[in-house]
Amino acid sequence: MLSLQRVSKSFDAVAALRDIDLELVAGEAHALVGENGAGKSTLVKILAGVHPPDTGTILLDGAPVTFAGPADARAAGIAVIYQEPTLFPDLSVAENIFMGRQPRRSLRRIDTAAMRERAAELFARLGVRLDPDRPARGLSIADQQLVEIAKALSTNARVLVMDEPTAALSGVEVDRLFAVARSLRDAGAAVLFISHRFDEVFDLCERITVLRDGRKVDTAPAAELTVDAVVRKMVGRDVATLFPKLDSTAGDVRLDVRGLTRHGFFDDVSFQVRAGEIVALAGLVGAGRSEVVRAVFGVDRPDAGQVRVDDKPLPPGDTPAAIAAGLALVPEDRRQQGLVMELSVERNTTLPRRWALSRLGLLFGGAERRASATWTQRLQVKGGRPTDPVSTLSGGNQQKVVLAKWLSTKPRVLIVDEPTRGIDVGTKAEVHRLLSELAADGVAVLMVSSELPEVLGMADRVLVMREGRLVADIPRAGADEESVMVAATGAGS
Amino acid sequence: MTAPAPTAPTEPTTAVHRVFVVRELGIALALLLLVAVTFATNTRFLSAQNVKDLLLGSTILAILAVGQAIVIITRNVDLSVGSILGLAAFATGTMLQSAPGLPIPVAIVVGMALGAACGAVNGGLIAAARVPALVVTLGTLYVFRGIDYTWATGRQINAADMPHGFLRMGNASILGVPVLALFAVVVLVAAGLFLRSYRSGRELYAIGSDPDAARLYGIPVGRRVFWAFVTSGALAGLAGVLHAARFGTIDANAGLGQELNVVAAVVVGGVAIFGGSGSVYGAALGAVLLTTIGSALPVLGINPFWQRAAVGALILAAIGLDRSLAVRMARRLRGGSDRGR
Repeated sequence: MLSLQRVSKSFDAVAALRDIDLELVAGEAHALVGENGAGKSTLVKILAGVHPPDTGTILLDGAPVTFAGPADARAAGIAVIYQEPTLFPDLSVAENIFMGRQPRRSLRRIDTAAMRERAAELFARLGVRLDPDRPARGLSIADQQLVEIAKALSTNARVLVMDEPTAALSGVEVDRLFAVARSLRDAGAAVLFISHRFDEVFDLCERITVLRDGRKVDTAPAAELTVDAVVRKMVGRDVATLFPKLDSTAGDVRLDVRGLTRHGFFDDVSFQVRAGEIVALAGLVGAGRSEVVRAVFGVDRPDAGQVRVDDKPLPPGDTPAAIAAGLALVPEDRRQQGLVMELSVERNTTLPRRWALSRLGLLFGGAERRASATWTQRLQVKGGRPTDPVSTLSGGNQQKVVLAKWLSTKPRVLIVDEPTRGIDVGTKAEVHRLLSELAADGVAVLMVSSELPEVLGMADRVLVMREGRLVADIPRAGADEESVMVAATGAGS
Repeated sequence: MTAPAPTAPTEPTTAVHRVFVVRELGIALALLLLVAVTFATNTRFLSAQNVKDLLLGSTILAILAVGQAIVIITRNVDLSVGSILGLAAFATGTMLQSAPGLPIPVAIVVGMALGAACGAVNGGLIAAARVPALVVTLGTLYVFRGIDYTWATGRQINAADMPHGFLRMGNASILGVPVLALFAVVVLVAAGLFLRSYRSGRELYAIGSDPDAARLYGIPVGRRVFWAFVTSGALAGLAGVLHAARFGTIDANAGLGQELNVVAAVVVGGVAIFGGSGSVYGAALGAVLLTTIGSALPVLGINPFWQRAAVGALILAAIGLDRSLAVRMARRLRGGSDRGR
């Protein structure tokens, strides 16, 4: 019914999808699996009309189509449920469902009563009790997801695309969602289901496509596959020698996290990181890794639990105290959280130390320049002059500036969140070399990463999170792709 | 979903609904209270003439506030409305001076078209250059005013130069209601209906509520915002024509500084400054309230110099009220949806 032929898509220089062929058949549920960053979400956005493909064609009922925007794709009968619900918080639930397609009465006015009634019917069909008149603001993630599902149902979609819809749903809600998906499928719709939960994939889908690094690895009937086979296809690649972890002996406990809890995000997380150790925090997107790290650093205030650095407790939710205790965080989203894009390279580098560098409360250019030069040279930041704004640098070099900024504070515990996301292979190796050197110098490193090869190559220990809980603590010797993936997805459990 | 929802589906409806309604009701109550207290102090406050003056005084601000509310609902702001008003007023005066026989509807249409053109410049710059509306309209505030000054070159158009029919419109009443106020009522009802009952009107709220989600959903964000600015400009143009009719004497300073009063009226009227919620009715009520304060304070024996402070306090009170309502509503809504976990 809907098929992609040799579709490719790149963002800047990074190829997200390469030569993808995909065939969605009426009356069949098709699963799309792959690691984080394999290109699944890009594929969804192409189907949804958000991104046009660079090359290749989309065929609908055998005829090529181009989607100028999401409205076109929706008009063609493609309904998409995104990973992150995209609701309008100020509008009522009913309006969120029918936005742009509200039922109308005379003079093209919106028929509010009919809209409310039809929303209530949809909720009845889904078996949920939601008030169509309440605003979407304040809905739990699960309820937001249900509204998205009702939205997809209301369009009488011929193609239903679901991008990890079950991540926030409980068992009963998942069953209900699957019942709806099956009834749509039996009515002749094509379903594309993306999930990391293999039990659900095998439960719902007849056919499975595996993506890896933007390429299609295989498409096969689910009956011919096992969980193990799928996991192997997902991760099966060489762990390159790109990750030169130097041997170092673990010293004293530097970071000690005890029972850290933030309701709705993560629950009872406890772990330790020793001096000289690199500990990776692995898990799927949305498992709560970044949230844990933010709470450890004091950006978010945890509801319960304690963080101790060098056996001294940190006051909760106090970032300056965390920095003073020797913590440093290189955040996931460097553009928004790690850098002031308009400021110069040297200003950015010295930002956390501006008081230490100032005389009588004033900053003089010379002090900043000298301090930043040391680190930018050590990190081999390339491009421009130190006075150029950071926004002119490449992604890899920006990441180095963020690292330089925190390394200049001489941290005792360094937390890096996705340190190599979106940067080229060469820079990646430099970042890895640097982390390894730091650990050898006695810094405790906690690394959040979604890239399995990086996790396996760099880490002395791998902590795995799933759905807000710490589910595994695997030493280097026992960590391989399958053990980590199995723990992260809960496959087999 | 293992446990049934703790509240019956009908109960949150009324609670939530009440919170929505209460926002406009609050302003109306404040207005009534102000009028009652002032009337108790001096019964002449509600004389026919004074009521008429109040309505006339509110009209222009209310029309501007309706346009501004439409823009603010989309999470933008239009600071150039005062300058557009000035330009349209001067254009109307000049036009009627040189062609006194021109029918009044033509004058109105020309004034609105001029305003719409100015609004199109705003909307076009914002959509094409992707510059925040605050900056663009701050720029055009000066540009439009500059054009006005250059055109006027210090001239002033006097009431004596204007056709009588036009000036009569500025003062005439039908059944005690000033004709100009009827313009405001028509504009208000039309805009209220559009925002409430039309798909594109609802999309304006969606855009202001979450612009990224709106784009992902396929709402033509740029086009809708463009037309919001054209509408605001056209209404500012209409306000300019009415300004000319009411005062008769026009120089290049008409509407100077008006933009801040307009934004104040809209915010006091309960339109969220970050878009997505509020109504034009609230904005119009806000305009009436601000105008009434202006004429009530002297009657109450309060130094008119305090008037600005009173307006400022009102804005802060309105924002405080919105904030506390939002917090309370969030708590209530969360209570109704935490389940299945």
